[in-house]
Amino acid sequence: MIRVVLPYHLRTLAQIKNEVEIQLEGPVTQGAILDALESTYPMLRGTIRDHVTKQRRPFIRFFACGEDLSLESSNTLLPDPVVMGVEPFRIVGAMSGG
Amino acid sequence: MSKVRVLVGTHKGAFILTSDANRKQWNVSGPHFAGWDIYHMNGSPANPNRLYASQSTGWFGQVIQRSDDGGQTWTPVGNKFAYEGDPGTHLWYDGTQHPWEFKRVWRLEPSLTDPDTVYAGVEDAALFRSTDGGQTWNELPGLREAKGHLWQPGAGGMCLHTIIQDPSDAQRIFVAISAAGAFRTDDGGKTWRPINQGLISPQELPGESPEVGHCVHNLAMHPSRPGVLFMQKHWDVMRSDNAGDSWHEVSGNLPSDFGFPIAVHAHEPNTIYVVPIKSDSEHFPPDGKLRVYRSRTGGDEWEALTNGLPQSDCYVNILRSALAVDSLDSCGIYFGTTGGQVYASADSGDSWMPIASNLPAVFSVEVQTLP
Repeated sequence: MIRVVLPYHLRTLAQIKNEVEIQLEGPVTQGAILDALESTYPMLRGTIRDHVTKQRRPFIRFFACGEDLSLESSNTLLPDPVVMGVEPFRIVGAMSGG
Repeated sequence: MSKVRVLVGTHKGAFILTSDANRKQWNVSGPHFAGWDIYHMNGSPANPNRLYASQSTGWFGQVIQRSDDGGQTWTPVGNKFAYEGDPGTHLWYDGTQHPWEFKRVWRLEPSLTDPDTVYAGVEDAALFRSTDGGQTWNELPGLREAKGHLWQPGAGGMCLHTIIQDPSDAQRIFVAISAAGAFRTDDGGKTWRPINQGLISPQELPGESPEVGHCVHNLAMHPSRPGVLFMQKHWDVMRSDNAGDSWHEVSGNLPSDFGFPIAVHAHEPNTIYVVPIKSDSEHFPPDGKLRVYRSRTGGDEWEALTNGLPQSDCYVNILRSALAVDSLDSCGIYFGTTGGQVYASADSGDSWMPIASNLPAVFSVEVQTLP
């Protein structure tokens, strides 16, 4: 079971109160998590990554286990604590503005 | 008794203001989609409880929301706006060609007859249509073939902000694009042509007036007279009596002919409204006085409407989609400001009152007159 934490506005959009729990079969990667998330919550399509290119939106970041994983390939395996559900995979709205 | 529902899109959410036909007591609902930019919210003429809202932020992109109960509850629908085929390029600020990139939806215009059909005007400028209540969107690519490679964004972005359907001819639609101009289709959106003859923009477009590139801020039309169009251009208020084939200036005695919105009275096709702004360098009313100007002669002769509006120290702006009218017997006029006020007049503009005073900056105002 994978735990995913969404930013406030996306929790509101998807009507999610807390963490999302996702079951994955196969390699646990950013891409697999986002595929599963968007399948369960189709209103999130296009809000985290581009519909077509699947590129991360510029002001979205991915964190887990205290590491910024935003620049990792979507196919990179995530750390074991995420795979085991000990640590959540965090989708964050980047701090920007002024 | 009839009711009025005012749909207000702001920098931090949507608000819905309702009143009975007296338009004295107002109920404010919201914020809906708190914290998001709501560029536009609009209702279906065929089913007034069907509303569409354009919700976006720089972080999370574009969302389209739909309501089937007049805005009490909302459902996110489709937000995939993919240009048709290879979208090619348009002119960039530095004169080079630049790829078309979808940024956001500026305007949602439901069909006059079908609640499930709705048009979306987007940035980078293009027109999309949904025929399934907003679930899926398809571009009408013929518009960008109207010299799209020569369109160049202005300071506010290259947005398609105005969509007007001709109630007498389902095949005819007018659109306007910031810094590109006005365009018309006569075949339901397959082909388009620029309708900018007579527009003169010497400061932005020196030399011989080009076919595209004019900074049209807003268009308005009265449904009983679809061949007559009014335009607030970057500078100049313009009028066309032949569906945009040619334009002539009707700025007349306005204190400034710069501005953003323009609207037509619901029952008097020759009565029009603008809100003069000092200049493109100073986006606030001349002399710090918030004045709506009304012409009862279809332009040229204008009178200031000031009763109830601040006449000193007022430095707000009124954006292009933030002026609208209701269709009650005594026509109501409404506008929102970047200072978060929404003003209403129940007597065609003779007197005004704030119906909301401390909202986030207002992007858009639409009005529904309900039975």
